[in-house]
Amino acid sequence: MSQTQSHGHSEPHTSNKTYVLVAAVLAMVTAVEVMVFYLEALRPVIVPILVVLSAAKFSLVAAFFMHLKYDGRLLRSLFAGPLFVAIAIILAMMALYGAFAVGAA
Amino acid sequence: MEHEAVMEMHHTTTGIPHRKVLIWTFIGSECMLFGSLIAGYLAYRGRSVVGPYPEDLLNIPFITVTTFVLLMSSLAMVLALSAVQRGNRRGSIIWLAATAVLGMIFLGGQYIEFSHFVHEGLGLSRNLFSATFFLLTGTHGAHVTVGVIWLLSLLGMELKGNLGPGKAEIVEVAGLYWHFVDVVWIVLFTVIYLLV
Amino acid sequence: MSHDTYGGGVRSWMTTVDHKRIGIMYFVSAIVFFFVGGLEALLIRLQLGSPENTLISADLYNQLFTMHGTTMVFLAVMPLSSAFFNFLIPLQIGARDVAFPRLNAFSFWIFLFGGLFLNSSFLFGGAPDAGWFGYANLTSTQYSPGIRVDYWVLGLQLLGISSIASALNFIVTIINLRAPGMRFMRMPPFTWMTLLTSFLLILAFPAITVGLVMLMFDRTFGTNFFNPAAGGDVLLWQHLFWIFGHPEVYILILPAFGVISEVIPTFSRKTLFGYPFIIYSGVLIAFLGFGVWAHHMFAVGLGPIANSVFSAGTMLIAIPTGVKIFNWIATMWGGRLRMDTPLYFAIGFIAMFIIGGLSGIMHASPPTDLQQTDTYFIVAHFHYVLFGGTVFALFAGMYYWIPKVTGRLLHEGLGKLHFWLMFVSFNLTFFPMHFLGMNGMPRRTFTYLPGLGFDLMNLVSTAGSLLLGASMLVFVWNLVRSFRRGSPAGRNPWNAATLEWSLPSPPPHYNFRTIPEVGGRDPLWRPGGAEVDPEDPTAPEPVMPSPSGWPMLLALGPVIAATGALLSSLLVVFVGVAVVVVSVYGWAFQPLER
Ligand code: HEM
Ligand SMILES: [Cu+2]
Repeated sequence: MSQTQSHGHSEPHTSNKTYVLVAAVLAMVTAVEVMVFYLEALRPVIVPILVVLSAAKFSLVAAFFMHLKYDGRLLRSLFAGPLFVAIAIILAMMALYGAFAVGAA
Repeated sequence: MEHEAVMEMHHTTTGIPHRKVLIWTFIGSECMLFGSLIAGYLAYRGRSVVGPYPEDLLNIPFITVTTFVLLMSSLAMVLALSAVQRGNRRGSIIWLAATAVLGMIFLGGQYIEFSHFVHEGLGLSRNLFSATFFLLTGTHGAHVTVGVIWLLSLLGMELKGNLGPGKAEIVEVAGLYWHFVDVVWIVLFTVIYLLV
Repeated sequence: MSHDTYGGGVRSWMTTVDHKRIGIMYFVSAIVFFFVGGLEALLIRLQLGSPENTLISADLYNQLFTMHGTTMVFLAVMPLSSAFFNFLIPLQIGARDVAFPRLNAFSFWIFLFGGLFLNSSFLFGGAPDAGWFGYANLTSTQYSPGIRVDYWVLGLQLLGISSIASALNFIVTIINLRAPGMRFMRMPPFTWMTLLTSFLLILAFPAITVGLVMLMFDRTFGTNFFNPAAGGDVLLWQHLFWIFGHPEVYILILPAFGVISEVIPTFSRKTLFGYPFIIYSGVLIAFLGFGVWAHHMFAVGLGPIANSVFSAGTMLIAIPTGVKIFNWIATMWGGRLRMDTPLYFAIGFIAMFIIGGLSGIMHASPPTDLQQTDTYFIVAHFHYVLFGGTVFALFAGMYYWIPKVTGRLLHEGLGKLHFWLMFVSFNLTFFPMHFLGMNGMPRRTFTYLPGLGFDLMNLVSTAGSLLLGASMLVFVWNLVRSFRRGSPAGRNPWNAATLEWSLPSPPPHYNFRTIPEVGGRDPLWRPGGAEVDPEDPTAPEPVMPSPSGWPMLLALGPVIAATGALLSSLLVVFVGVAVVVVSVYGWAFQPLER
């Protein structure tokens, strides 16, 4: 953490056009996700694909709608740190409950 | 002059308003709340000893629609904030109301889904799937409900003319909460519905 | 007390939003709960003083050790640390109050109500009796019918709200209200450890919140989260509990590390040796603390891989902990030691904490732990770290800072008497437990048979505990005496280096008339630092936030709702919710300063 100088007062960061564009992308990615879900051919790789796609949506909302792309490093670490711990604990619990065991689905 | 000290209290070391640091710290804590719930959900996946099982009941097309509604509510939210910041009262009212309404539609969808499940024999205590599912999505729904109430309160302030650009910060903070709830749903949609 | 413009009366305390007064209320409540928990411990020890003793029934014994553990952790040690955070943090960073003064009052009230709620169980049908860790499925309605466990579940949820609210507040305060020039790497070590503790709180509590909600669902709505017959896993509770529980032990010890890192430099007349190492090892401990929880579960059969990973992680944590100990010793090395009571307690802390740390490393190894887990050896371990560690350190802190709070010094002779009594009796009480555990005496059993080789050690331990109780009375006497006729403390009785010592004792309600500029670490020891005088009479008197009754009212809401849940009365729950809604709006639309 360091001293972060950032917008003290809320003022518009982004044009409404960008927001609409981001929303359109979000809707599209969601459509793709559902498509992937229904495509039998993609069954074997559905997990990595969907993880990547939802991570992409997550990042878009965080970066643009939540302004992390423009806000200081401080706010970013306040979010990223706990998120990292939470993800690590989910993965550890999955491992403890056999999700990654050899032969597990 | 008398208010010098008060000004001092609102002046911040980092230049970021207190409330904004607060909401982000709170969101960090919420990450662990939903993280623990998701960990519990995943730990119990496939362990139910009686049906109905997720694949019997989850209705992907239906939930895709409500997911889309929640995503669009986030768009309405940023537009609301931008309108408040620009001092555009009409826009603020429209977009704040739109956000709240979209949130309520999402909640209505959740109500329909839940009652359908219960009707199909999946009450809360039926099996491990029902318990973890209702706990996880129910907690999320409770967050949406709080968000809707918050948005309606802001709308009420705007209607009374109490919300100009000087107060944009409180709308921004509500928005951060709202987007976070949306982001959680992005994860849940994938984890619960698409990766059954 | 010319600058004191609080006004008096109970009402002014109920509506106060001043961090110093809230700190004092935390202190008084925590000390009272500390004595309640101590009384429970003495009853436990009296029962165990001789084999096949019948002083206390098995049922009451279960309640006593459950409430002792729960009280000491959540109602005594954590709030005592909170008392320090509240009183000191704004003073140490050069601020007039915390970032959210009313939220701060709310945290206190809900802690107090939660503590009273939990303890009221003694009056209504019996206290919780399933251990402070509440292992499933002992907590199921099958094995714990009645409302005892419900008391525990609801009480902990209330205390969780308090901890999270207060931690959020201190994170924002420390990030956002530092005086000009107070960069992160210039903050006093106590402030740093408060920041880290607060992060641990906001990240650890949600895990137990989720576990408690699941437990509540199992008990109230008949779900099967922890019911093996329906596929549930009792270990899920243990995981969630210890994902919270291990960080929790650092929540208990990091503030103590902070106190020690302030006391030792002051009484050695030397700046802290290796400040960055102290800070970064604290950060590392906090972070690694989330990855070692299953060392509390070595005996449950997670398998060799999981056990090895968690064992390695646990041993890794010992490294930054050791680093800190070396730093403290190196700070004293070659210093001009001023042997006052705070330093006695600080040195006692180091010695006792090393013993507790060493036994910790012993059971970090699964094969060793299989011999030790659930025996008195573990009880010895955590009392050496918690009592020998945290409580000794908090006493060091009390002897150090109480003169700042009251404006009067404590008596040195009584202080040293307190120290020696406590030091000797603490070791008499807890050292024999190592042997008892090694010889196989199990934890959490209300009696034992004669002739197992347990008798003498237990008797020694019980005798020690009575003396330990007596040593606390010396402290109380010292406190009362200093109120009546302690000598005035002045601004800086110890010649310490941090900003709080530049203020009068007690500080005026606005703390700093003009906010100081900080030029480096140890501001008062810097050239010209001793003359820092924020009481510039020409500056206008700062306007502070007005008192408010909403925080207390808001804190009442969840307690009413919890009572409703306990009585299975939806109506009462709704009343609680209504109180919450009304006070949230009342609060939100009441200006901070009027
Ligand atoms: C060198 C550092 C430490 C190590 C390696 C360590 C290791 C451990 C291990 C492996 C256990 C589980 C033993 C068992 O139940 O079989 C344990 C229990 C415990 N530790 Fe530590 N520990 C350390 C420091 C601390 C600190 C600083 C505290 C608190 C201030 C603490 C408090 C506790 C408590 C309360 C328990 C018992 C929990 C219960 O079963 O009720 N430990 N420790
Ligand atoms: Cu541990």
